[in-house]
Amino acid sequence: MSDPVSALNGAAFSGMASVAEGGLAGMITLRGDLSSAKLKDAVKSATGAAMPVSGKVELREDGGLCWMSPDELLVLVRYEEVEAKLAEINAGLKGEHALAENVSDARAVFRVSGEGAREVLAKLCPVDMSVDAFVPGQFRRTRMAQVAAAFWLDHDETFHIVCFRSVAGYVFTLLSTAAQSQSEVGVY
Amino acid sequence: MLILECPYCGVKAEETELHAGGEAHLKRFGPGSSDDEFHDYLFMRENPKGVHFERWRHVNGCGKWFHAARCTMTLEVFGTYSAQTYEPPQDIRDAISAKRPDWSWREFK
Repeated sequence: MSDPVSALNGAAFSGMASVAEGGLAGMITLRGDLSSAKLKDAVKSATGAAMPVSGKVELREDGGLCWMSPDELLVLVRYEEVEAKLAEINAGLKGEHALAENVSDARAVFRVSGEGAREVLAKLCPVDMSVDAFVPGQFRRTRMAQVAAAFWLDHDETFHIVCFRSVAGYVFTLLSTAAQSQSEVGVY
Repeated sequence: MLILECPYCGVKAEETELHAGGEAHLKRFGPGSSDDEFHDYLFMRENPKGVHFERWRHVNGCGKWFHAARCTMTLEVFGTYSAQTYEPPQDIRDAISAKRPDWSWREFK
């Protein structure tokens, strides 16, 4: 079989913030009743992470859970393990009204880090990016210029952005343009 | 700029993150109804200057539909509430009455 490659093969840009394509990431979208004990157990055994509360992400070493909507989770796993984890989740959800699907190849991920990272995202998304409002562990689905995107902030002040693979080139250009050096707005 | 709080995910979403879904609380008239009822259901919409009820979808977010009560003249938002209801809940009506004591909208007041 051919080797899988990510959308932009690790493209990177450096300006007032560093923008890098994140490479291959395993992602499973899961819809179901998030309050169900069976579903909580299934995702916990797959990722080690507990069920996140609304608008948050729970991250562990090789995985995590993102709260997408009241009935949807994004399960983050290692790319190589995605099929095995999907089978594990499906086994755990037997008899439950839920749907889990591997969406890894439909997505692209980016990392934005550095001092200007908040400024970069604030230029593109209608989200309050101030230090008090957007804290580590927060997860937000929103609009990035003309396309849908979601991102979370980890504990090292790095933003992780998820978008559709088909718009990866557009999003990388957007982020790089917004991150040009000396283009700080100076709000954050 | 219109900012609505999505009742499902709690996000204060700006207008560009949302999609307008038209008038709220329409009562459907389908097969078996009279021509007049069907005509009114299909074409007759409120176009008030003041208190209005609308459906919105948090399209670039959690994707859920919800209801919003707002003033079309001042863009003041009285509140947002779940889509799973046939009429505005009492707390929303109270919030409107506090600001616009003599409001009415279709059969609600």
